[in-house]
Order: sequence, then C-alpha cells, then structure tokens
Amino acid sequence: MEFVDNREDIFPDLRVNIGSLEIANPVMTASGTFGYAREFENLMNLHRLGAVIVKGISLHPRPGNPPPRIVETACGMLNAIGLQNVGVDRFISEKMDYLAGLNIPVIVNILGDSLAEYREIAERLVGVPGIAGIEVNISCPNVKKGGVAFGTDPSMAAVVTKAVKEGADVPVMVKLSPNVSDITLVARAVEDGGADSISLINTLIGMAIDLKTRRPVLANVIGGLSGPAIKPVALRMVYQVASSVSIPVIGVGGIETTEDALEFLLAGASAIQIGTANFINPRVSEEIVEGISKYVVDENLPSIRSIIGGLSINDG
Amino acid sequence: MSQYQEKATVSRVEQLSAKNYRLTLDSPDISGAAKAGQFVMIRTGLAKDPLLRRPFSIHQTSANGQFQIYFKVVGRGTDMLARVKAGEIMSVFGPLGRGFRIKKNSPAIIIGGGLGIAPMLFLAKSICRLKTDCSNDHIILGGRERSEVEPLVNDFRQFGLRLGLATDDGSYGHQGYVTDLLKSLDLHPGYTVYACGPEPMMARVYSICKSGSMQCQVSVESVMACGMGACLGCSRMTKKGTYTHVCLNGPVFNAEELIWNS
Ligand SMILES: Cc1cc2nc3c(=O)[nH]c(=O)nc-3n(C[C@H](O)[C@H](O)[C@H](O)COP(=O)(O)OP(=O)(O)OC[C@H]3O[C@@H](n4cnc5c(N)ncnc54)[C@H](O)[C@@H]3O)c2cc1C
Ligand SMILES: Cc1cc2nc3c(=O)[nH]c(=O)nc-3n(C[C@H](O)[C@H](O)[C@H](O)COP(=O)(O)O)c2cc1C
Ligand code: FES
Repeated sequence: MEFVDNREDIFPDLRVNIGSLEIANPVMTASGTFGYAREFENLMNLHRLGAVIVKGISLHPRPGNPPPRIVETACGMLNAIGLQNVGVDRFISEKMDYLAGLNIPVIVNILGDSLAEYREIAERLVGVPGIAGIEVNISCPNVKKGGVAFGTDPSMAAVVTKAVKEGADVPVMVKLSPNVSDITLVARAVEDGGADSISLINTLIGMAIDLKTRRPVLANVIGGLSGPAIKPVALRMVYQVASSVSIPVIGVGGIETTEDALEFLLAGASAIQIGTANFINPRVSEEIVEGISKYVVDENLPSIRSIIGGLSINDG
Repeated sequence: MSQYQEKATVSRVEQLSAKNYRLTLDSPDISGAAKAGQFVMIRTGLAKDPLLRRPFSIHQTSANGQFQIYFKVVGRGTDMLARVKAGEIMSVFGPLGRGFRIKKNSPAIIIGGGLGIAPMLFLAKSICRLKTDCSNDHIILGGRERSEVEPLVNDFRQFGLRLGLATDDGSYGHQGYVTDLLKSLDLHPGYTVYACGPEPMMARVYSICKSGSMQCQVSVESVMACGMGACLGCSRMTKKGTYTHVCLNGPVFNAEELIWNS
C-alpha cells in the first residue's frame, strides 16, 4: 500500500489579490531596480515572479543625472539616477513585446512633472497588450507648484491619482513617498482619489559628504536611501497605512529575505516588492517566492493570505 | 551572454606588496565564459554592511576552472577581501561587461598603470594566444613605485612581448610615466593601444593615440551597484552628449567615444 501525502506541499496556495488583479504569489520586483526584466532572464526564472514592475517611464525620454549617481551608506545606498528612461513611446515599441511574452503581470511605473503628463502617459498605455497595472510614482517634483513633490501634499496626491485613473484602462497603484510627516493623510487622499491599491515606501531622502573634498558625494547633492537601513521605517509606514485605508497595500523597503517579506505581510501588506536586494543577489526574488512557499507548507497555513495583517498587538 | 552567480572557493591568497593582493578562485562557469577586460562583482562579506558587491577586473583565467583578481586595499570591502583564507567560499557574479576587442592583425601596445595592470595579464595572454608570435607587440607597465610593478613582471615575461617598465619615483625601470615609454616607441597608425589605469594616464594615452592616428581602447571605472544594467548608477558622459553605462557598454570603450579632461 502506498501512502498519499495530502499536504499540498507541491503547490501551496500563494495567490493574493491586489484589488481586481490576482497574482500567483505576493513577490514583485520594485521599479528602478530590475531594469525591464530582460536583464535578469539568464539569472533567474522570471516566471516565478508574482509581478514585475519596470523602471519608471515618463512622457519624453530623460537623460538622468550626472555621475556620481550612487553611493553606498551604512546598510544601504543613496541613489540619484534622475529617472533616466527611454520615454513612453520607445518603452512601448522596444520593451513591451518582450515583457508581454513573459506571461506574468507587468506593472508599468510612471512619473511626470505635471498632471497633464501623468494623464497622457496613462492614456498612451491604454490597450497596450501585456500591461496588468500602472504604478504611479508621486515622489516627483510638480514643476507648476515650484517643484514640491506631488506625494508630499495630500491634495496634490489625490489629484494626480484622479488624473491617472481617468486616463488608464488598468488598475492603478499609487506609490507613496515616505518624506512626509503623516503618511496616513496622503494614503487616505489617494484612496479618495480612486487608487486601486497603494505601494510604499519610495526612497527616503538622504545625503552623503566626502570629508576629504568637503563636497557632497552625489553630483545631485541629495539622493534616495534604500536597502536594509530603511526597513524599520517602511514596516512602520505599511502598518500605519494598512490600518487606515481599505484598499490593498504593497510593502517595499529593505526586503532581503523571506522573513523580511513575511513581516511586511503581517503588518498588513497584501504583497511586497524587492528593490536594492536585486543588486546584491539577482535571484533573490525567486528565492523569496520559494521561501514563502516553504513557510506556508511548514506552518500548515491554508494559504499565504491567512497571515496578511495578522499582527497581534497587546492582546496577549 | 552567459553570466553566473557562483559560489567560488578561494584556493590561494597572495600578498604581493604592502597593500596589493591576488586571490585565486575556483569558479569554473565564470572562468570558462570570461573574456579579457571583463569583470566580476564580489560580495566581500555576508553581513548587511558593506551592502553592495565590489567590482574587480578578471586578472587571468586558467584552463582548470580558476580565475584571479588583483586588487589593492583602499577601503572596507577590499580590506575584508584581503583577510579571506584559502578554503573560504565567496559569492562571485560574472563575467560582466564588454571586454577588449582584440585586433588580430594589428600590432598591440598594452599599457597598465597601477591597479590598471590587473586586466592586462588576461589581455596579454589572449593576444599572444590569438597571434602565433607576439614579439612585435608591446606591454608597458607603470606605477608610483617599485612594489606596484615588480611583483607582476614575471607573469608578463612568459609571453615574449616587448616589455617596458616605468615608475614615478624611478625605483624600478624608467623614471617617469608610461606615456614617456609610449612616445619613445616607433609609433605608426597600424598600432592598437589598450590601456587601463588612472584617468589622467588614460587621457594622456588617448591624446598620443589621437595625434598618431592609432586606435585606442581603455578600461574605465565607475561606482557600481548592480554591475549588470539594472540600476543605471554607473553612467558616464559620451561625446555624443548621452550617458553610457560602464557595466554594460564598458568597462572597455573606444577612447574616442568618451570625454577626457586633460
Ligand atoms: C569595472 C571595474 C573594475 C575594477 N577592477 C579593479 C581591480 O582589478 N583591482 C582593484 O584593486 N580595484 C578594481 N576596481 C576598483 C574597486 O572596485 C574598488 O577599489 C573597490 O570597490 C573599493 O571597495 P572598498 O570597500 O575597499 O572601498 P570603499 O570603502 O567603498 O571606498 C574606499 C575608496 O575607494 C573609492 N572607490 C570605491 N569604489 C570604487 C570604484 N568602483 N572605483 C574606483 N574607486 C572606488 C572610494 O571613492 C573611496 O575613496 C574596479 C572597479 C571597476 C568599476
Ligand atoms: C537605483 C534605484 C532606482 C529607483 N528607481 C525608481 C523609479 O524609477 N521609480 C520608483 O517609483 N521607484 C524607484 N526606486 C525606488 C524603489 O522602487 C524602492 O521603492 C526603494 O528602493 C525601497 O526599496 P528597497 O529598499 O527594497 O530598495 C529606485 C530605487 C533605486 C535603488
Ligand atoms: S552598475 Fe548598475 S547599471 Fe551599471
């Protein structure tokens, strides 16, 4: 007689829902840290990803900032890439065929310096095959408002969200900037603006100085901090936002291991994104999918969804 | 384009001078795929700090699945690397970037300055293997002082290239610059010059090549986070006025594509 192992240890249920979008597992790659995915095709199995989020796209090509653009800091790095990208038209003609052929959800990260620009990019993406969603980077300066970042003002954040929603034919995820004093205000504003989901956090603004030359290390003077150094801040903000909105939240910031990812799910994230860790281990996102899968099996969970928001606080 | 993330065993650690070391790693996939001028990204430790991998040129490969890096201790990562012991396992990612484009029918002048000597052993070997006879090809090695040059000279001698040596302080070979030795050769437009070293050295080499109508390839550095085109951190301005990325389109460029401050 043969024993049948009833545990679904081959295909544990890792599916999660981001609004109307169901993804096979909660692991996504973060914008700007995974190129246009093709860079990684020989280094990992791209089909294992829950979703891929591509480098931020603007209406027109942007050359990016002068070097040095990056510098390592304690347990992290600063970047001031300057949103270098090929622009939406070349993105569609040069990158989308490959991405669509991957048969995994592709989320296009967009950025602009005016409301009109955000809306127009969303409109140009309408009907393009293979796009499962749009992620809106609202950490960019609003040129018409003296360069204040859209994401630091709740009312501007709501208006951008509305503009993209009007233009887009796919679900819209709005990516929050952590460089604000109360992130829940911005989160509620973008929810009211019609966002289908919220991702957070983008990089924390920081700076590094070269004592020898008495100059800033980055040509841009300031840059965005990412990596394990920001994980506690990201986790706190995900927790706060997940407790104050009713749309799905996607956690980003310093995730390097399966344990990190699971902590974000407990804090209330329905999915997570992996950024800087891709630079150190290009296979890390696939390894985290495997790790989460193993966790679901080892802990005998009915599905990964059962731990989302499962943090227990003060109730012994 | 095959790239590998390999767990490589350190098989040998050599201290060649006060701050310069050479590591030999068992890494069959990477050494089998590597071309002269390409580089690897190495994790110098497994902790979260220092976080990023560090880029190093491939110094040479061997038929038994090993490759070497030659490096100088300049900061925390290289200090950790200098302390690894034979038998330890390191995470190595490569081979990365575009290496030297060897011009088989053109006599070569290879110029390595300081740590820029690192990729030139692989290049000299590749050139001499491709040509049956490399006695008309030159290699010029330079550094600030004797200890930056002398420990490597024997490795270069075996190929039969014509060897020129220079140090800034005159403690070994010609006193002065590698470019003095370059200028003293009977230069003609048929030569291809391959250079790696400090930026001012490469700028001078390029200006000599330009006036002599010689082709010039240089290997340049940049800060890097990923080494494979994902972060766009390693930008460098080109003559066309657009940014290129050192890890993807380099580290070896035709010198005329880049902007040089002389
Ligand atoms: C393609 C490429 C190939 C290289 N090949 C070699 C090689 O064969 N041998 C070798 O010794 N070095 C090589 N380097 C330089 C080497 O990567 C740096 O010396 C190393 O990253 C320093 O790490 P650290 O942690 O010791 O120094 P850190 O603590 O990070 O920095 C110490 C000092 O080194 C400088 N530095 C840091 N990173 C770099 C860098 N990427 N390039 C130049 N200076 C830097 C910093 O500005 C600082 O002044 C190469 C660099 C590149 C981009
Ligand atoms: C080099 C680099 C480039 C980035 N580019 C973008 C971008 O174009 N758009 C965006 O919304 N976020 C961008 N980010 C932010 C990341 O997507 C992510 O939010 C942040 O790095 C925090 O996650 P991490 O700590 O896992 O890297 C970039 C981050 C890095 C390090
Ligand atoms: S180092 Fe990341 S793109 Fe070159």
